Amino acid sequence: MTLGEKYTAFRTILIKEFLRFIRIWIQTVLPPVITTALYFVIFGNLIGSQIGDMEGYRYMDYIVPGLIMMAVITNSYANVVSSFYGSKFQRHIEEMLVSPIPNHLILSGFVAGGVARGLVVGSAVTATAFFFSDVQVHNLFVSISVVVLTSILFALAGLINGVFAKSFDDISIIPTFVLTPLTYLGGIFYTIEMLPEFWQGVSLANPILYMINAFRYGLLGVTDIDLYASYLIIIGFIAGLYWFALTLLNRGVGIRN
Amino acid sequence: MTQALTIRQLRKTYPNGLIALKGIDLDVAEGDFFALLGPNGAGKSTAIGIIASLTNKTSGSVRVFGHDLDTDQAAAKSCLGLVPQEFNFNMFEPVVEVVVNQAGYYGIPRALAFERAEQYLRELGLWDKRRVMARNLSGGMKRRLMIARALVHRPRLLILDEPTAGVDIEIRRSMWEYLRRINQQGTTIILTTHYLEEAESLCRNIAIIDDGEIIENTNMKVLLNKLHTETFVLDLREPIDAIPPLAGYRVHQVDPTTLEADISRECSLNGLFTELSRYGIEVLSMRNKSNRLEQLFLDLVDDKNSHRRKGAAE
Ligand SMILES: Nc1ncnc2c1ncn2[C@@H]1O[C@H](COP(=O)(O)OP(=O)(O)OP(=O)(O)O)[C@@H](O)[C@H]1O
Ligand SMILES: [Mg+2]
Repeated sequence: MTLGEKYTAFRTILIKEFLRFIRIWIQTVLPPVITTALYFVIFGNLIGSQIGDMEGYRYMDYIVPGLIMMAVITNSYANVVSSFYGSKFQRHIEEMLVSPIPNHLILSGFVAGGVARGLVVGSAVTATAFFFSDVQVHNLFVSISVVVLTSILFALAGLINGVFAKSFDDISIIPTFVLTPLTYLGGIFYTIEMLPEFWQGVSLANPILYMINAFRYGLLGVTDIDLYASYLIIIGFIAGLYWFALTLLNRGVGIRN
Repeated sequence: MTQALTIRQLRKTYPNGLIALKGIDLDVAEGDFFALLGPNGAGKSTAIGIIASLTNKTSGSVRVFGHDLDTDQAAAKSCLGLVPQEFNFNMFEPVVEVVVNQAGYYGIPRALAFERAEQYLRELGLWDKRRVMARNLSGGMKRRLMIARALVHRPRLLILDEPTAGVDIEIRRSMWEYLRRINQQGTTIILTTHYLEEAESLCRNIAIIDDGEIIENTNMKVLLNKLHTETFVLDLREPIDAIPPLAGYRVHQVDPTTLEADISRECSLNGLFTELSRYGIEVLSMRNKSNRLEQLFLDLVDDKNSHRRKGAAE
């Protein structure tokens, strides 16, 4: 394939993925917006007013970055895992396998679709957040780059989950038992400085903590973690997951008998 | 002559240990209309899956228009269009998008992809359905959608795995016409089917595969000439009580107004009619008892199975 043809093929997958989740926006875009709105009302307004400030910010404002990140993480992951598994289940992944698209473009296309959903939902949640709180963006470059990198990371992870999934149960096990706990324990609602030293150490093993804190730095300018360490960890994970996902596709795991 | 498809010593053992292909060789020339026949489970779809890069082979080689699947896969894939046995499009996509997206995967720019999609959907009678969700098409329409999708990048070799399964007679005929036309325009076609009439009327060359082995690979006419006797069914105007002695013909009575005659290639039908006329028996109509290819196919597969059984008994 020429470079132009490759670009067309990539764009085709991206458009297809985009239309897929937009077509079912009531299942994909709306729920996270409603959930975060509820978080803002309950934790931000009702309970938050009792809590007082956290690291110099109103509690409502403090939890905004984490809630946006939670939506981005969950949706990037969910989009790719369900789309990839669905295309295996209905077998239309074969449309790509018979065509000359190289595997790295199939991978990039699905990941771009996941990033697209992460960004669409992230923007919708951000708009909701601005409605409830008065957060200003401290550093636009950091905010945007962290969101994009994080959604790439979880889109890749979703694809790997999709490759191994053999049933519809398999696509919800990781999100429910791994992703959600790690996200909640990743410092959405608190600073780890509130934790005893031992649990602070344990928290540092949670990669999601780095992403949420980096993003909190982008929006508010405060973080528990060194910014460079965060970028390093995110990019390291992306590289590792990309390599692993590509190896799986090249071997045809779960898609070629 | 250019070879559209060259297969050498192709073997496939599935992970569960089942040997689906036992080292097959196959050549299909450019421009051919080729039938791949065989009973259920013979290995046809497995072979096609390997040619189309959907199934990993165990060993052997496949070349599509000279492009080896191992070393020159992208070029080989670009030459090939596949209509698989099972529906494998996204049921939740509108018809036109199924075709346009497939074009995109081959690198065809979107505007051109829409033009092509319109052309093929019109030719296959699906243009009115272009905005319908694919899952809301009827079975026969889904088959035609897969043909449109397979043609959108203008492949030089089109492989159809049972394209007319579940398609009504009228649409089947029009699909045949359509396939004949694109074959005349230069597309090489390989087709599997269980309707032997279909293979007989469309295909010039034929391979029969059974239990992972090719047991016959020849020209259709040559193959049909192998058939030594044909059975004809004769409908009579008046009922008869018994068959008069008919010299040289093996005829038996099914019911008072129906006879079955085995005619070998040495005898002529004229002779039989002369004999019957002598006894005042009038034949109203006549037809083949079964499709000729069908008979041959059963003979071949049967032959092989009885050899195998004998082998096993020894
Ligand atoms: N994924 C698979 N895993 C294990 N065995 C398989 C798999 N796919 C096919 N087989 C086996 O391989 C053999 C050949 O199957 P194949 O689908 O190639 O037959 P076929 O000639 O296309 O038959 P049909 O006319 O019924 O479509 C069968 O015994 C089948 O059970
Ligand atoms: Mg088959």
